[in-house]
Amino acid sequence: MIKMYWNEKYECMPREELEELKLERLKQTVERVYYNVPHYRKAMQEKGVEPDDIQSLEDLAHLPFTVKTDLRDNYPYSLFAAPLSEIVRIHSSSGTTGKPIVVGYTRQDLNNWAELAARSLGFAGITKQDVIQISYGYGLFTGGLGIHNGAERIGACVVPTSGGNNKRQVMVMKDFGSTALACTPSYALVIAETMEELGIKKDEIKLKAGIFGAEPWTQAMRKEIEDRLGLSAHDIYGLSEVMGPGVAMECCEKNGLHVFEDHFIPEIINPETGEVLPYGEVGELVFTTITKEGFPVIRYRTRDLSSLHLEECSCGRTYVKMSRVMGRSDDMLIIRGVNVFPSQVESVLLESGYASPNYHLVVDRKNNLDTLEVQVEVSDEMFSDKVRGLEHLEHLIKHELESVLGLSCKVTLVEPKKLPRSEGKAKRVTDKRKL
Amino acid sequence: MTVKQISVFLENKCGRLAAVTRLLAKAGVNIRALSIADTSDFGILRLIVDKPDQAYQVLKEHDFTVSTTEVIAVEMPDKPGGLARVLDILDQEKINLEYLYAFLGQSGHEALNIFRVEKIDEAIEVLQKNNIRVLPEEEVYSL
Repeated sequence: MIKMYWNEKYECMPREELEELKLERLKQTVERVYYNVPHYRKAMQEKGVEPDDIQSLEDLAHLPFTVKTDLRDNYPYSLFAAPLSEIVRIHSSSGTTGKPIVVGYTRQDLNNWAELAARSLGFAGITKQDVIQISYGYGLFTGGLGIHNGAERIGACVVPTSGGNNKRQVMVMKDFGSTALACTPSYALVIAETMEELGIKKDEIKLKAGIFGAEPWTQAMRKEIEDRLGLSAHDIYGLSEVMGPGVAMECCEKNGLHVFEDHFIPEIINPETGEVLPYGEVGELVFTTITKEGFPVIRYRTRDLSSLHLEECSCGRTYVKMSRVMGRSDDMLIIRGVNVFPSQVESVLLESGYASPNYHLVVDRKNNLDTLEVQVEVSDEMFSDKVRGLEHLEHLIKHELESVLGLSCKVTLVEPKKLPRSEGKAKRVTDKRKL
Repeated sequence: MTVKQISVFLENKCGRLAAVTRLLAKAGVNIRALSIADTSDFGILRLIVDKPDQAYQVLKEHDFTVSTTEVIAVEMPDKPGGLARVLDILDQEKINLEYLYAFLGQSGHEALNIFRVEKIDEAIEVLQKNNIRVLPEEEVYSL
């Protein structure tokens, strides 16, 4: 096997040296947030921890956790650890109740991000010889621009198609000779389908590698994508709160994702007790960034369920591996790459002026695209004897939901008390995607 | 002069209408007129019954979304042009008709229609002025 690294020094750093580097960078980060971010200083003081108390990597466990609501409560800029004049880019992701989470990057942060995205592409064997089609959305979402900067760093030829316009994606892929594709795994299947519709065979395109992430997928999906597009599919992990795509990446072994530990320290905790779990055990994935300047996070609880494994990898990289994300420790859904909380739907319905209506979310995957149906029980206040009245209501709810969720959905009005309940409690979500 | 219509929200699936009629049958409620407006997902069942209060009660108890709406029962000759004349009168007065449906029975040789209009008092007034009979509530329920 030919071993190709974008940055061999860091990717294959001996563990001992890596641990030293992590500790040094952790100390700097803790100091940075303690003196620059009131939220972290207060949280540390409440736990009775001072920056000087961090003397080993084990001391990380003394630091307070950061949760998504902390991010929301500090909307938009209060968690930035650098002055706004040093921030050169903003991204944001959906929050739990309307307000999004805002993250800022300094020039150095963008540099590091491009470096990590470049390394990630290297994991999939992508080099400057490649033509990479980036069909992740560009904009506030970190997917598009994150991969973009990494691909430019490598010197690959970037085709920034962004998402949508399936036929054009296929035309570009065929005519421009794209050799690599970056998008969500479900979108990869949409592209495959469009290709088949247009009667284009996989040997007419040149794809050899795919970088897919931003939503959960399965081995079965991987096989399907690989078969239909004739490429090698790699899982990439990232979240905007921590950085974006390029926090962890799957190597040629495809049995877990190497976490770039020179920039992020992962932990697995028991989501109930917060206790740190040993390697191999499944729990909630927690990240501490150790190089970020604009938006460092300390022990950020991702709510993603995974496990960490430290063993020698045939790819030669020394980083710990995280298992493919197996689910969530909260009720968040990822629909077409967008984070959706049932509570968001609830607040929209409440704000629409109807006393706590009952609702149920049905998530499905049709023709490889996630669909969201919001079923709403019709209460007496909502009811009208006129079709027009009910259709108007349906339309209003749909419009409001779509603007809050950032996702198109179907609203269906249903009879009261017909929605599924378990042990008397309303069951809010049916996910038929079988991931 | 208005009649109570029972409106029921129904999901557009098998057996929902049967569930309503079964409940009404059990409660000894007789249906006198009915119409269903439907979309691909849901339907609205509109009923005129002999005992509207009881009908409302029993449907409510069984978790249906129900409301009562004021409508009018209008009598017209059961011959060509009967309905046309009534609608012309409403049209001339710019009284907008939301929907209408026919009554199952007849009162003598006349036809009966249920009208749902926004400006209900005005509608009654203008119809009466044109010598069109609007049936009182008790008469409708007992037909």
